[in-house]
Amino acid sequence: MIESTTIENNSLTLSDVSLGVIGSVKTPAKVRQRVKRLYRQIRTENVFKRALVLMGLIMIVLVIGILLTLIVESLPSIKALGAKYLWGRTWDPVQDIYGAYPFLLGTLLTSFLALAISVPFSIAIAIFLGEYFPKGWIPDFLKNTVELIAAVPSVIYGFWGLAVLVPIVRSFETKIGVDPYGVGIFSSSLILAVMIIPYAASLGRSVIQMVPSALKEAAYSLGATRWEVIKHVIIPYTKSGLFAGILLSLGRALGETMAVTMVIGNTSIIPKSIFAPGNTMASVIANEFTEADKPVYLSALIELGLVLFLVTVVINMIGRRVISRFTNE
Amino acid sequence: MNFLNLKSTLAIGILIASVSFTSCGNGGASADKKADSTSSAGNDDALIGAGSSFDNPLFSKLFSEYNKTNGLKVNYQSVGSGAGISQLTNKTVDFGASDAPMNGKQDSAVSAPVLHIPVTAGAVVLSYNLPDVKDTLKLNPSVLAEMFLGKITKWDDAKIAAINKGVKLPSTTIVIAHRSDGSGTSNIFTTYLSKVSDDWSKTVGKGSSVNWPVGLGGKGNEGVAGTIKQTPGAIGYIELAYAIQNNMAYAKVQNKAGNFITPSIASVTAAANVTIPADSKISLTNTEAADGYPISGFSWVLIYKEQKYSDRSSDRATKLLKLLSWVIHDGQQFSGALNYAPLSPAAVTTGDAILKSATFDGKPILQ
Repeated sequence: MIESTTIENNSLTLSDVSLGVIGSVKTPAKVRQRVKRLYRQIRTENVFKRALVLMGLIMIVLVIGILLTLIVESLPSIKALGAKYLWGRTWDPVQDIYGAYPFLLGTLLTSFLALAISVPFSIAIAIFLGEYFPKGWIPDFLKNTVELIAAVPSVIYGFWGLAVLVPIVRSFETKIGVDPYGVGIFSSSLILAVMIIPYAASLGRSVIQMVPSALKEAAYSLGATRWEVIKHVIIPYTKSGLFAGILLSLGRALGETMAVTMVIGNTSIIPKSIFAPGNTMASVIANEFTEADKPVYLSALIELGLVLFLVTVVINMIGRRVISRFTNE
Repeated sequence: MNFLNLKSTLAIGILIASVSFTSCGNGGASADKKADSTSSAGNDDALIGAGSSFDNPLFSKLFSEYNKTNGLKVNYQSVGSGAGISQLTNKTVDFGASDAPMNGKQDSAVSAPVLHIPVTAGAVVLSYNLPDVKDTLKLNPSVLAEMFLGKITKWDDAKIAAINKGVKLPSTTIVIAHRSDGSGTSNIFTTYLSKVSDDWSKTVGKGSSVNWPVGLGGKGNEGVAGTIKQTPGAIGYIELAYAIQNNMAYAKVQNKAGNFITPSIASVTAAANVTIPADSKISLTNTEAADGYPISGFSWVLIYKEQKYSDRSSDRATKLLKLLSWVIHDGQQFSGALNYAPLSPAAVTTGDAILKSATFDGKPILQ
């Protein structure tokens, strides 16, 4: 009887145990052992569950804490400059005039341009790896290469950009007849585009692989070509996943600092074209934080961080709305 | 082994000496107080400093030399002048280091008077990329200011040609390169431009970060140098030491006396050989010295005048003052090899007087 009631799941109830105790007085030790094990299992379950809840709470507290710190630290600047901070066009630490507009513009311009450049590549890679060649050494090699792109530290991209990409862009700019700075919005968007490809590509590949083969086979059996299957079955089925990947890429592009700083030209003049030098919020913070020698200056830089935080939140919220709309259809 | 023994004997000797000094200074009544201070201030054989990244290579050398002879460890964090000052303000370091004297707002943020001790001098040079120009370019203050204001835009401008007679200047566009990160180098350079050009001081002003009217920003000396090297027709400012170490071409600049001076360690030391005010807070830019390079400046170590604060021991204060005294005297021999300008005699004298004014509990520390 005792042998038969093995503890195969946690549904063992107290009555089982007491039955066991009554039924076999001979082996109370075994029963006690089993009860002990049972309690230990329950305890483990509880501890594990609590640990999970705790980790979740810590994450929430962290994010709220960061937001609060940013708000508190940027209060002096909010008080001194007001809402004008957001659309002020001058950033002049000497006269304590701070306007975030050039950097806000720079951040959005570089990120969306980078996204526009990278999306065709990442979607193409996702379809290639997810649909055309899911197995084999060439796709494996491509997959690993794409993932490696995400693992390379950003300062290396910056260095490569400055040494290789900028001279190429400069000669290109000379040919099309704009000021041949080499560095600027365009160069940083190119660098960013390379850096963010893996995020959309990896996620895209996994969602494309998850398309039920029944759907695809049905389409083929109706006489659809491969292109038609991709267009009418795979893309509609996976669009929320693809979009989520693109959103992930955008998030990365918005916050990227080091590589951008090295190739954007770092000027607080509002860029007149995409070939002009500019600056982004993240790179201004990285550049000026250590030597910010006045309380308002420091606070204005932290407010820049707050604005960046909010921009990221807003873009994520819009993205979430779009994804849920896609999914509901 | 013998050497080690000697070292530890020395350390013990210093310890005994300093303990006796402490008890002399405070009297016997402060025994428990002393115990307090050692526990909170941590290890008294290690001082902590933070600030200027310009000073960092020099300080590394100096402090390691000092450690060899005196066994005192100095932990210097190269975090930037501004951050160094705020760490001193928060009393988390024994000394700060800055390429610019503390400004009014920083002064009002600290709770007690701070002493500025000049420790070395540096210069900012104008490096350029004109592959076809073989002679050293000459610049005068007004041309320099107009270039950085974006008013002179071509290299063959008549104003540049007038001071570079016989040099064939190309018609390329001038590309200005400046620092994108806040830095003491920018501060020295913009202070100089503010002094020599009314236009500059009205529209841009001076500071470690300013609103540059034109040009490309590069991060650090290497960022500016990279922009200059890559862009034909570029001109930008970098530290003298960096320019020498990287064999970059740099211009002669006309000083106040009217001489065109090649930046060098000697001409920077010469720039500092002027009357220095008692608090040493002087900008050497646009120096009166006839053979001095005009775009140079001191770098200072900052300490509290009253060294008795937040449970510091008198031993710690003495060690700090002795270290600084060594830095401005014997330590200066190490500057030249690292392309830092040694202090001028006038600066050493002033530094000495300032160090002697430091007190512990109202009593002078150095005799």
